[in-house]
Amino acid sequence: MAAPLSVEVEFGGGAELLFDGVKKHQVILPGQEEPWDIRNLLVWIKKNLLKERPELFIQGDSVRPGILVLINDADWELLGELDYQLQDQDSVLFISTLHGG
Amino acid sequence: MCQVGEDYREPVPKDPPPPPRPGHEQQKCMKWCVKCKKGAPVLVIRAGDAFCRDCFKAYYVHKFRAVLGKNRLIFPGEKVLLAWSGGPSSSSMLWQVLEGLSRESAKQLRFVPGVVYVDEGAACGRNPEDRAETLAEVQSILRSTGLPWHGVALEEVFGLPQSVLRHFSQEPAMGDGAYKEAVDGFIQQQQGLGTEGARDSPSLSPGLEQLSWPSPHNPQSPARPHTAAETEALSRLFNSVRTLTAKEELLQTLRTHLILHVARTHGYSKVMTGDSCTRLAIKLLTNLALGRGAFLAWDTGFADERHGDVVVVRPMREHMLKEVAFYNHLFAIPTVLTPAIDTKAPEKASIHRLMEAFVLQLQAQFPSTVSTVYRTSEKLVKAPRAGRAASPSRPCCLLCLCMLDVDSADSATAFGAQSTTALSLRQAPALQTQAKEPTVPCCSPGLCEDRGCCRGARPSEREDLQACVIEQLCYSCRVNMKDLPSLDPLPPYILTEAQLRNHRAQAMQEIQEFLIEDSEDEVETGQS
Repeated sequence: MAAPLSVEVEFGGGAELLFDGVKKHQVILPGQEEPWDIRNLLVWIKKNLLKERPELFIQGDSVRPGILVLINDADWELLGELDYQLQDQDSVLFISTLHGG
Repeated sequence: MCQVGEDYREPVPKDPPPPPRPGHEQQKCMKWCVKCKKGAPVLVIRAGDAFCRDCFKAYYVHKFRAVLGKNRLIFPGEKVLLAWSGGPSSSSMLWQVLEGLSRESAKQLRFVPGVVYVDEGAACGRNPEDRAETLAEVQSILRSTGLPWHGVALEEVFGLPQSVLRHFSQEPAMGDGAYKEAVDGFIQQQQGLGTEGARDSPSLSPGLEQLSWPSPHNPQSPARPHTAAETEALSRLFNSVRTLTAKEELLQTLRTHLILHVARTHGYSKVMTGDSCTRLAIKLLTNLALGRGAFLAWDTGFADERHGDVVVVRPMREHMLKEVAFYNHLFAIPTVLTPAIDTKAPEKASIHRLMEAFVLQLQAQFPSTVSTVYRTSEKLVKAPRAGRAASPSRPCCLLCLCMLDVDSADSATAFGAQSTTALSLRQAPALQTQAKEPTVPCCSPGLCEDRGCCRGARPSEREDLQACVIEQLCYSCRVNMKDLPSLDPLPPYILTEAQLRNHRAQAMQEIQEFLIEDSEDEVETGQS
């Protein structure tokens, strides 16, 4: 059983437009059986934060190609991408490099 | 490349295949930066190389300088206009230039930059309050750069002179020797005058004088405030376009004309745009799909000299969008987010969107996709144009200003087929008009200046106008214009120039006939 986590989720490069234009979200992830990884976080974001057009942000179980993910200001490719296990007080930033955001 | 298959999986694995990599193993091999071997890496670029923050910065800055240095196109002291949209790539470019200027090292950038910002809010249907907010943000950033800047609204296309659409040829004094001479001259001057003086002096070397825009062409200042009527006219124009693909192309065309106009009126001989490697790869494939294959070298190459006197250069063309986004984030480069015409549009809304999704998706699976496509653009050669540049009456496309290198006589090509259909469609009304008033133009070129005369024209005349505009477009622009139900809402400079060219061609034909007859008469009289 993983304890609840406090995580900062941020959107940039136009991705925030799908979240009512709000860039920074301080969220509490509830405790659950399995540990919180990025894969779970994306599901949680889709359910709780995403306001419209989920297909423009999420594709399959990952983000849409063209959206970069930074975990604590580092490339998620360095940290295992979807399998990275979130720690308390982590910050996750999504930057869209797609045209028009 | 497009085959999803087993035969592709076999040879590839030498490159680190990105999709499923076990986390801990990867962390082991990417513990340190590949350059300095001691910094903690912050991002992975070039298909698997991890860079630390400092090495990434050095790499990024070096790449920008290397592109400029390699091409030797920008002369010292030359006025260069930076086309800045507020987006990530052009912002990064602007800050690279600023950093290059402030350096004290020998490699300091020596050109004189200015910035142009085009407010496209009306085309994207934004309300005035949002636009004012964006504009305030833009102004505060531009003021902080300390560079001269020109803010123009897209509405100003309604006040553009026809001359924007003309080609002004320029002596190609761009050899290596000329470049070296200019640099030497500049350095000598700089030593004599001190840095500040040299930067502001109007003519820095003999070779540079011709680079400045010579004629007092257009009295209109681009800083002219636009009227509500123009805003409405512009949104009417964009709303009338049926497809997002054509809208994007039209927006790009008008934006280019406006930037070109600003560059010419203010004496800039180069325009820098922030197209990144990723964008150019997408653009290359998009333009192929749009039927612009003939112009790929101009549309995606480092230098685009289709306008003659003003050359568009793309110094960000070796930077991937991922690098740009990381750089901007790590080094807090200010950007302005402006919703574009395709914001929130679904993936299949336009050819541009579709191609972007296609390329990025492939890139996610095969990390060298973008660089492979990009390298193709590097190899394209602009030979045909150089050969014909000498002829003064080169016909150019009215919209994209590329040389019309299509053979309308050859009906076996797609282009020929297109023009024959267009011709047969309008044959009937055209014949009727000719019967009534043979070859009388709807109005004289001078009178066309006041808009009313051609726009409120009778249906047959309007068709004539439509036909004469279409006739002067390249294949791709013709296809795009099909999505415009009427050409009337186009800005007047395009329509007027189309008519002027048409009249000129007619006059030329008449003169030619006369001359031939004359010479034949002479021969006959001489004989008798």
